[in-house]
Amino acid sequence: MTLDLRDIARLEPDDEVELVSDEARKARSWTRAEFEDLAVSVVAATAFAGILRQVLGWNGIMGTAAVALVVFLAVFYVLARNSASNEIALDRVVTVTIWSIALIITGALAWMLIYLVVKGAHDLTPGFFVHDMKGVGPLNPGGGVKAAIIGSAEQVGIATVLVVPLAILTAIYLNEIKGRLAWPVRFIVDALVGLPSIVAGLIVYSIWVVHHRFSGVAGSAALTVLMLPYVTRVSEEVLRTVPDSLREASLALGAPRWRVIMQVVVPTARAGLLTAVILGVAFGVGETAPVQLTAGGSDYTNLNPLHGQQADLPLFVFNLIFQPNKVDNQRAFSALLVLVILVLVLFVAARFVSNRGQKKLRGGR
Amino acid sequence: MTVIDAGPEVDLDDRPIAHRQADSAGDRFFRGLSTGAAMVSLAIVLLTLFFLFDRARPALSSSGYWRFLTSAVWGLDGKKYGVLGLLENTAIIALIALFIAVPFAIAMALFINEYAPARVRGPITSVIDLLASLPSLLYGVWGLFAFRTTQVKIAHWFNHNLSVLPFFRLSANQATVVGSSFEAGLVVSLMIVPIITSITRDVTSQVPRELCEGALALGGTRWGMIRDVVLPFGKNGIVGGILLGFGRALGETIAIVLIIGGVVFKANTHVLAKGTGSIAAWIDIDFGQAVGLERSALVACGLVLFLVTLLVNLIGRLIVSRTAQ
Repeated sequence: MTLDLRDIARLEPDDEVELVSDEARKARSWTRAEFEDLAVSVVAATAFAGILRQVLGWNGIMGTAAVALVVFLAVFYVLARNSASNEIALDRVVTVTIWSIALIITGALAWMLIYLVVKGAHDLTPGFFVHDMKGVGPLNPGGGVKAAIIGSAEQVGIATVLVVPLAILTAIYLNEIKGRLAWPVRFIVDALVGLPSIVAGLIVYSIWVVHHRFSGVAGSAALTVLMLPYVTRVSEEVLRTVPDSLREASLALGAPRWRVIMQVVVPTARAGLLTAVILGVAFGVGETAPVQLTAGGSDYTNLNPLHGQQADLPLFVFNLIFQPNKVDNQRAFSALLVLVILVLVLFVAARFVSNRGQKKLRGGR
Repeated sequence: MTVIDAGPEVDLDDRPIAHRQADSAGDRFFRGLSTGAAMVSLAIVLLTLFFLFDRARPALSSSGYWRFLTSAVWGLDGKKYGVLGLLENTAIIALIALFIAVPFAIAMALFINEYAPARVRGPITSVIDLLASLPSLLYGVWGLFAFRTTQVKIAHWFNHNLSVLPFFRLSANQATVVGSSFEAGLVVSLMIVPIITSITRDVTSQVPRELCEGALALGGTRWGMIRDVVLPFGKNGIVGGILLGFGRALGETIAIVLIIGGVVFKANTHVLAKGTGSIAAWIDIDFGQAVGLERSALVACGLVLFLVTLLVNLIGRLIVSRTAQ
């Protein structure tokens, strides 16, 4: 019988099949001819788009690049079709399309980061970190993110202190204790992972802030509502990767359950749990909408999270980015750069911890 | 337990014996602690839900529960509010974002799993994870200050060349193409690519490798293998991932606020024209001015947004976890 590829799953061991194609090919590597086709198409497309750009007087680089990409794919298909069947030509075009998309996404990320560094580097002086915005007029130089950094640290810090024990114990309840209420708790956690951040802010705003004014702890409360389900969910997934053989071995040795959890399961999963917490912090520190409705923002340094409006990094950026003057906008870009660097540091730390943990898990025990 | 030398007529129960819980004080304490934590989490959530309902009730009853969902007015006679237009515009932005993000995200997932050389795989995975962790503020600021000029050109090109499609037309009084659903959707699409990518990766990496190798061994091309084996196998999971991306797009706030600036309450199907809105953006813009009934109406908006995203996310999560088994 002649076989369509989609029938493979239904094959029986004794079925006889005809090959779709009898050309022997290496699936994962390209021949020299294919690379030549690729080079020719790139040159042809670039030249074509470049000439059109000159002749028609286009001024944007994006439009030219888009035209070049389309021409490139068309030329490449024609060249491939010249030497191979339609199926193979299609495969090659899909391959270069998928590579192009990967480059486009990477390019978009690079564009965002480079743009931010170029725009934000200007104000990043030591003074930017040790001054707040107290008494700094919109057009005055100086001022900085001191108040915002203190506010961010306090708000996210308090939220983290609340979230970590709650989230990890809840994850243990879900995956180790497996109590009778595990089902509803897991349902709620799943439901809340996608909670729009503005709703978390709105809840705290309408319950607390309308009666007791803005404050740092109100911001922490909103961030807790956001971070708790996120960290719980990731922690639960981490606990699930701990092999059952470890639990069974400990139980067989006569250890009570709580010691199995605290001395075997949690230490084994420690790197993963730490990664979950770091990612949770990175997620919390960048959230704008919830703290906008709860912490309120301020020009002054406010060390007391319990009382009075408090600044933080996202609010600092948001409040100054819309100001109709260059000096404030510049500060906003620089503060955003500080925020993004902070998130990047947390991101790299999470990577580092999780890689080391995996190596340990693979390497021994 | 004297099973070993018993005769064949002894009734051997082949069900596993239930593991007896050890009852030490430490066990009970720990069990209580962990159950307590889970209950606190549960209580926090139920309490906030209760308050959300409670605070939304004045506006809902003054506008009428059904009218609130099916009208597009804000503050009519000082007591009539309706979320329909905001909801429709939210959905339009999210759908545009999906329309752009889905092909990119699936291609990214296939790239990481099937195409990328081993040396590229690690860095490109970091690119996706990093896109997921960057603050939405960055996307908004980039969209507003860096991407806008490009967006204007794309929008004009669509308007000139594709105006056979009614939603790409601009009417006479819609000359501005900044702050449109299209612009917001473009920026949000970049934010939801990582979600869809990571879930597509997870489900398509579970395709039994024998099937893929079988397809290649039969002379199929790599694309043939993906088209006929990988994608059909992962179809449901991908749909689930798309729903989760949709949920994220519906709830996005700050990036949309930065880009659209203000909202309109009527649905705007001219996606290239200025004037759109989203529930989340409107809450963010209006909460500072709103008092009394209007504040309650904002909470009701938040409630609607919460329930819609909840539904979308739960269906998505359900499909993904079904596929994972």
